[in-house]
Amino acid sequence: MKVHLYEKAFLWLGAVLLVFCLGALLYASLAHGIHLPDREAEIDPSEVASTPPFDDPGVRQVSGDEYEAVMIGRMWSFEPAEIRVPAGSNVTFVATTTDVLHGLNVEGTRLNMMLIPGQVSRNAYRFREPGEYLIICHEFCGPGHHLMFGKVIVE
Amino acid sequence: MSTLTAFAASVHDRATFRLPEVQQRPLRWSLYIGYAALTAGIFHGLAQALSYANIDILQYFPALRSYYQGLTAHGVANALIFTFSFSNAFLPLMTARALSRTLSPGLLWGSLGSLVAGNILVVFAIVTNRATVLYTSYAPLQAHWTYYLGLVLVVVSTWLAFLAMVLAWRGFKKDHPGENMPLLAHISVASYAMWFLASLPIAVEFLVFLLPWTLGWVEKTDPLMTRTLFWFTGHAIVYAWLLPAYVSWYALVPRQAGGKIVSNTLTKFVFILFLLLSIPTGFHHQYTDPGISTTMKAIHAVLTFGVFFPSLATAFSVMASLEMGGRKAGGKGLLGWIPKLPWGNPSLTAQLLAMITFVFGGITGLINASFTMNQIIHNTTWVPGHFHMTVGSAVALTLMGVAYWMVPYLTGRGLRGRKMALASSWIYSIGVFVFARGMISAGLEGMPRRIYRVQAAYDQEAWNLGGALTGIGGTMMFVGILMFFFVIGVTIFFGRKGGGPTDIPWSETLLTPHESRWSKSFDRIGFWMIVAIVLIVIAYGPFFATYLPPNFVSPGFRFF
Repeated sequence: MKVHLYEKAFLWLGAVLLVFCLGALLYASLAHGIHLPDREAEIDPSEVASTPPFDDPGVRQVSGDEYEAVMIGRMWSFEPAEIRVPAGSNVTFVATTTDVLHGLNVEGTRLNMMLIPGQVSRNAYRFREPGEYLIICHEFCGPGHHLMFGKVIVE
Repeated sequence: MSTLTAFAASVHDRATFRLPEVQQRPLRWSLYIGYAALTAGIFHGLAQALSYANIDILQYFPALRSYYQGLTAHGVANALIFTFSFSNAFLPLMTARALSRTLSPGLLWGSLGSLVAGNILVVFAIVTNRATVLYTSYAPLQAHWTYYLGLVLVVVSTWLAFLAMVLAWRGFKKDHPGENMPLLAHISVASYAMWFLASLPIAVEFLVFLLPWTLGWVEKTDPLMTRTLFWFTGHAIVYAWLLPAYVSWYALVPRQAGGKIVSNTLTKFVFILFLLLSIPTGFHHQYTDPGISTTMKAIHAVLTFGVFFPSLATAFSVMASLEMGGRKAGGKGLLGWIPKLPWGNPSLTAQLLAMITFVFGGITGLINASFTMNQIIHNTTWVPGHFHMTVGSAVALTLMGVAYWMVPYLTGRGLRGRKMALASSWIYSIGVFVFARGMISAGLEGMPRRIYRVQAAYDQEAWNLGGALTGIGGTMMFVGILMFFFVIGVTIFFGRKGGGPTDIPWSETLLTPHESRWSKSFDRIGFWMIVAIVLIVIAYGPFFATYLPPNFVSPGFRFF
């Protein structure tokens, strides 16, 4: 295939740039421990209230600065609607939904997950700065979607 | 002409070839449906943009039951109906002209009939508030069966259009053994070949999962499975919208700008790469989903970066074609060729502006694909900010630009309102930049997409500037489309009879087709479709192998 010299140079530069970006991505996720929700567990959405750990939603201390926040999303609220943790806590969110898809986005952090019926979502974030963080449902879940929110209060 | 024949044509026969009127008519109506859908969809688009600026105009939409009903209409009309109605007309026409062959009239009318029937069902479902599920149709939100069946029929219309193209392609190959396939036909067929493969998962989602479920034949469905099938099609769908625009940029824009297509073979190679790489990338829409392993997400991240590569090649080739035109018109220096381009041609200007917005659409797309950053912006207004610079301008503006020659070509009426057409493109593209700047910056501050901000139970001061820019830019976009609609309407009814162009603006290539075995293989689209299927199996197989059988847990929810 005949390719003009300038075009060849441009394409090589582009390819190198893309590989460099992928390298940066790999570095960021490994060196800074930025994880995505993975395969966690399946759950029957109609049995959420009686399935551990969702039979007891809320935040609890696991050890030292490790906390676990068990949350349920449903039309159109989060349970619990508010969680409190001390500054510096590493909070693992374990969440699911009893009805339709919801989102769980903690504003101002990279904690951002989908709640999908039948699946358990899990991801962690360390809250270093005290303050109030909005939790917003960011996936359309019916006419009251824009009323669905919660709060993380870091003290 | 004698000096021109030194260059290869992107069509088989330089002498003009026209489809008989009975075949042009369904293409023309398909095109009209597309532009009507574009215009219908923007009214609620305006309401959404203003809602983000905290201005509520929904009270002036008495027929609407909710913001989300209008949001569904906006997404379906502008992202699905507009784009595919256009492609159903444009790609078969390009194929027929490039091959100088007629198409099967039965298939063209069948395609139009399926499109019309699909539209009637979908419009019924949405207007009567039976399908307020947004265009992503995530189960277990459950729409009326007419909505799913209507969208299936829209997909079927694309299959019939594709089949008409394939028959012409095969017929030509049989009659011209060993000949290089005309470039314009190759890239048109490759575009819909990609879409045909890409459309199969959503067909399975709607026919196997959602229709039996909404009809009550099965009680429960699997939300993760159906969502995965949606995005299996759903990323490739954006390339299905984009590739017809690329066909115009590669094969038509050079002539309009006074330049040439750089390379026949490289252009074919780029479209083969799109055929291979567009589909196995869908998990990058599901980075924040549970139930999908990080390994699968990482593989799709790499492939998503891969599909950026043919777009880079496109950027170079198209820019080179434009530079040739600008220099021939007397442009000097590094950038002096740009003002020398024929900016007075509304068809070209719309597409040049589309290309400029697409630079930013592409860059923001790479950010979406980077899963570390994706967690910051997933489902915030960043995402619509991004895709209004891809489908909302690179595609939409190109399709509007094509209308400025294609509607006159198909109706035989000269374009009326050239200055208004030019103004429309400028207002629209400046509007897109203001709008996207607003959505992107507010998205970085966490403003969620798909919410009725005016009535939201929460709000942040940090969203105000971005929200206001969204409202201003969105209003400009709205005005731009209304002007476009006016120009097209006036052209159809009052354009000078016999004033339309007699041929499409096909271009010549600078480098003649290369005769190596490798480059000749690009004409074997069927073979490359099989390679694409192998790649898809590699990229999606492990997920399905470990996930199946489906997890049928969710009854339908109808809360409209």
